[in-house]
Amino acid sequence: MENKVKRELPENLMSEMGLKPFESVEIGNPDVNRVAPKVHVTTGENKVVNSLEEVIKKTLKNGMTISFHHHFRNGDFAFNKVMDLIIKLGYQDLTLAPSSLTGVMNDKVIEAIKKGVITNITSSGMRGSLGDFVSHGGLKNPVIFRSHGNRARSIEEGEIKIDVAFLGVPNSDPAGNANGQEGDAVFGSLGYALIDAQYADKVVLLTDNVVDYPNTPASIKQTQVDYVVKVDQIGDPDKIGSGATRFTKDPKELKIAQMVNQVIVNSPYYKEGFSFQTGSGGAALAVTRYLRQSMLDDGITASFALGGITKPTTDLLDEGLVKKIMDVQDFDKGAASSMAKNKNQQEIDASWYADPHNKGAVVNNLDVAILSALQIDTDFNVNVMTGSDGVIRGAIGGHQDAASAKMTIITAPLVRGRNATVVPAVETVVTPGKSIDVLVTERGIAINPNRPDLLEAFSKVPDLKIVDIKDLQKMAEQQVGVPKALEYTDRTVALIQYRDGTIIDTIKEVKD
Amino acid sequence: MEIKTIGVAGTLESSDIQIMITQGNNGIEIDLESEVIKAYGEQIKKVIIDTLTKYGIENAKVKATDKGALDCVIAARTLAAAQRATETSNHPELEVL
Amino acid sequence: MTYVKNRLRRTMMFVPGNNPAMVKDAGIYGADSIMLDLEDAVSLTEKDAARMLVYNAIKTVDFGGAEIVVRINGQDTPFYDEDVKAMVRAGVDVIRLPKTESAAMIQKLVKDMEAAEEEYGVEKGSIGVMAAIESAKGVLNSPEIATASPLMMGLAVSGEDYTADMHTHRYPDGRELEFARNMVLQSARAAGVYAFDTVFSNMNDTEGFFRETNYIYELGYDGKSLVNPRQVAMVNQVFNPTKDEIENAQAVQNAIREAKAKGSGVISMNGKMVDKPVVEKANRVIETAKASNLIDEEGNYIGE
Repeated sequence: MENKVKRELPENLMSEMGLKPFESVEIGNPDVNRVAPKVHVTTGENKVVNSLEEVIKKTLKNGMTISFHHHFRNGDFAFNKVMDLIIKLGYQDLTLAPSSLTGVMNDKVIEAIKKGVITNITSSGMRGSLGDFVSHGGLKNPVIFRSHGNRARSIEEGEIKIDVAFLGVPNSDPAGNANGQEGDAVFGSLGYALIDAQYADKVVLLTDNVVDYPNTPASIKQTQVDYVVKVDQIGDPDKIGSGATRFTKDPKELKIAQMVNQVIVNSPYYKEGFSFQTGSGGAALAVTRYLRQSMLDDGITASFALGGITKPTTDLLDEGLVKKIMDVQDFDKGAASSMAKNKNQQEIDASWYADPHNKGAVVNNLDVAILSALQIDTDFNVNVMTGSDGVIRGAIGGHQDAASAKMTIITAPLVRGRNATVVPAVETVVTPGKSIDVLVTERGIAINPNRPDLLEAFSKVPDLKIVDIKDLQKMAEQQVGVPKALEYTDRTVALIQYRDGTIIDTIKEVKD
Repeated sequence: MEIKTIGVAGTLESSDIQIMITQGNNGIEIDLESEVIKAYGEQIKKVIIDTLTKYGIENAKVKATDKGALDCVIAARTLAAAQRATETSNHPELEVL
Repeated sequence: MTYVKNRLRRTMMFVPGNNPAMVKDAGIYGADSIMLDLEDAVSLTEKDAARMLVYNAIKTVDFGGAEIVVRINGQDTPFYDEDVKAMVRAGVDVIRLPKTESAAMIQKLVKDMEAAEEEYGVEKGSIGVMAAIESAKGVLNSPEIATASPLMMGLAVSGEDYTADMHTHRYPDGRELEFARNMVLQSARAAGVYAFDTVFSNMNDTEGFFRETNYIYELGYDGKSLVNPRQVAMVNQVFNPTKDEIENAQAVQNAIREAKAKGSGVISMNGKMVDKPVVEKANRVIETAKASNLIDEEGNYIGE
C-alpha cells in the first residue's frame, strides 16, 4: 500500500500491527479516550530503598514495557545502572520505551538486544552504534519512531503502556517529590519524564540527592511515585549540555542564520507578541542572536519562546524581549539553571508541548518554528532520521510537532561534504512537506508553493534570493553528482509514525 | 609513466581527499575509504582511474582516503600525487584535468 | 569568464588555494571579487597541488558571479612560470602579482601571459593583471606600475610585508601605512585603475575593522582585501551610499538624460556645470546602491 507521501508500506506488517498509513497533516477533531494507570495504594511513608535490584525484582516481569527519559543526554547514569541489573537478572522479552536514546546508552541496548532482554523498542531516535546495529537488522521486531508529541499521545491513549518507569532525577524527597532544577546533575525541565510519571503503573525514581520533605517545586509528585532509589551518582553534569551550544564562527552557518532572520522579520508573523521555537545547533543559536538585534531595533517583543531551550533564549527572557518560555527541555546549563530563578520559564510536559490529540497544545499557538534537516526533497518532505547511507542516525524529536507552527522554516546547507541536502526524494520521510513553509540554504530560499502569501511577502525583500526548490536541488546535484541508489533488503527495521500514529515511512535493512 | 617513489597529495580535511600512489604491477588497484562510499564509491574510483590513465600510468596501487571531495578535487589530488610519484611535479600536465 | 575593467570591487575576499572546503563555498558570501591564493596561504611543499586544485576549481565551481582573481607566486620563485600558464589556461579573470616593485615586472607578467594565451588558444587580453605593492620600492614606483599595461586592473596595498620592509609593524591607528596608502591611491587614481586596501585580520576587533574601513573609504579607496567572509557585509555597510548621496546621484543622471534629450553637450544642474568626475561618481553611487539593494529597479529608495 502507498500512503499520501507516496511511500510504499509493507501490507502484512501493517495489518499485523494494526497500523494505518499516513493520510494528512490535518488532525481534525476526533474524540479519543485516555487510559489511566494502575495505582498500588500506600500512605507512602517509606519509599526510599537502597537496593535497585530489589525494586526491579518487585516491579518487573518478563514481557513488560519499561521507560526512561533522556534529559541527562550523554551524562546519563540511570539507564546503564538499571539495564545492567535487568540484564544480570536475566529478564527476557522487554519493550524499551524511552523518550529517546542517547549515545551513552548504545552499548547497553545492543547488549540487551543480543541477550534477548529487549525485543521491542520505541523511541524518538537513535544514533551511532545502535542506529548502525538496527539498520543492519540487529533487532528482530521493527523499532517504532515517535515524535515527542506523538509519544505523549501514544501513552495517553494506551498505545504505549508503561509498566515500570525508571526516572533519574537530581533531587527527590523521601515521598518522591522531585524536580530537575537542583542538585549536582541538573538539567532543568523534566518535560518528557512527566508523562511517564503520570501514566506508568510503577514509577521508580533514581537520585543521588534525597532532600527533606516537602521538596518544591515538585515537577514529579509524591502521588505518582512508588519507589525512591538512592544511588551514588545519577549523572555527569559536564556531559548533560548537548555540546552544540557554542556560538558558531562558521561563516556558512552564520550566513544561513542571517537569512533565516531576514525570513522571520519580513514575515507577516513578526509583530508584537509573536512566538518562536529555534532549537539547538550552531545555526539556531546564531538565529537567536540576530533575532535579538532585530527585536531591539524594531521594538518588538515575543509573547513566548518554545521548545528545547538554550541560554541565548533565556537571555532574551532576562532582557524582557521574550515574556515567557514554555520549556519542555533545556539544552545547556545556562538554560537549566535559569529555570530555577525565573518564574516566567514555565516547565511544560510533552503533552502540553505537542500532543496532537489534545484540547490544544502549545505548538498550536506557535507562530514560527526553525528546524533542521538531514535531507529535504522537492516536495519539501524532510528527513531527520537516516543518513545519506540509509543508516539510522537521528531523532524525530519535536520536528513533526513544531512543524505545526504557522510558519515552519527548515535550515540546511545545500550540500554537506559530498552529500546533497536538497534531493529529488528523501531516503526517509519524517515530516511531510505539507507542513513545511520555507527552506533556507546558503544559495537561496525556497518557498512551498502552498504558501503564495509568503512568496509575495518575501519577493519584496531584495536581500532574499528566492529560488525554486527544484532549482536548488539541481544546483546541489551539479556540485556533487548523481549518487548511486542505496540498496536495501525487503526487511523493515523501523517504522516512522506521524504525530497521529499513522505510518509515514519505513526504514529498511541496509545491504552492505 | 614510471612510478619512482611514493606520491601523496591532499589532506584529511573535510571536502578533501588524500591520495597515496605506490608502485603496482596489476593494473590500477584502488583501496578507497570514504564516508560516501555507497553513493559515490564507484564514481570516485572512476575519476581516479581516468586521471591516472590519461596521465599514462597503467599500474599503480592507490590508497584513497576521502572526506567528501568533489570530482574536481579528486582529479586535482590524483594528478598531484601521480606527478609526485613520477617525480615530475615541476612540469604540471594540466591537460590531464 | 572574461576580464571586465570597470566593475564594482568593494570586497576582495582571500581564499587559501589549497583548501577545497573554502574554495568550494567561496561564492556564497557576496564578495565582489574572490582572490584564490597560491602564494602565502600555500606552503612550499604544496604549490603543485594547490595550483591543480585552483585550476580545476576555476573551471568547475560556481562562484556566484564574483570576479575571480588568483594571487600567483612571485617572479623570484620557481613556481611563477607554471602558475601563470595554469591560470591563463584556466581562464581566470585577473592575475595578481605579489611583491611588485617596477613596471618591468608587470610587463614581464603580461608578456608571459601573452605567450600562454598564444599556446593555449586563450583570447589575447582577456585576462587582467593587478599589482600587490608590498615594499618601499613598490610604493615609490607605484605611478609607473599603475600605468605599466592597459590590462592593469588595480593596485593593492599589502600591509604586512610593507611594514616589515619599513622596519615597523602594523599598529591599530594605521599611521605606519599612511604614506603607502596615499601614494598607492594617488598612483591608481592618476592611472585610472582601482585601489585596494590591505587586510585587517583580527576578527574579534569589530570596532577596529570599521574604523579602518571607514578611513580608507574616506580616502577614496575602491575596496578592501578581506580574510573572512563575515567582513563582506561590514565593508558593504561602510561603502553604502546614504539616501542623500543616492538622490544627488540620481539628479546628476537626470541632468545627463535631459542634456542628451536636448542634444546639448553641456550638462548642467541647478545652473552649474557638471564635470566628468561628478558624473562618474554619480554612476558609481547608483551602481553601489543597486548592488546593495538600496534602490529598486525604478530607482526608488528602499534602504532603511
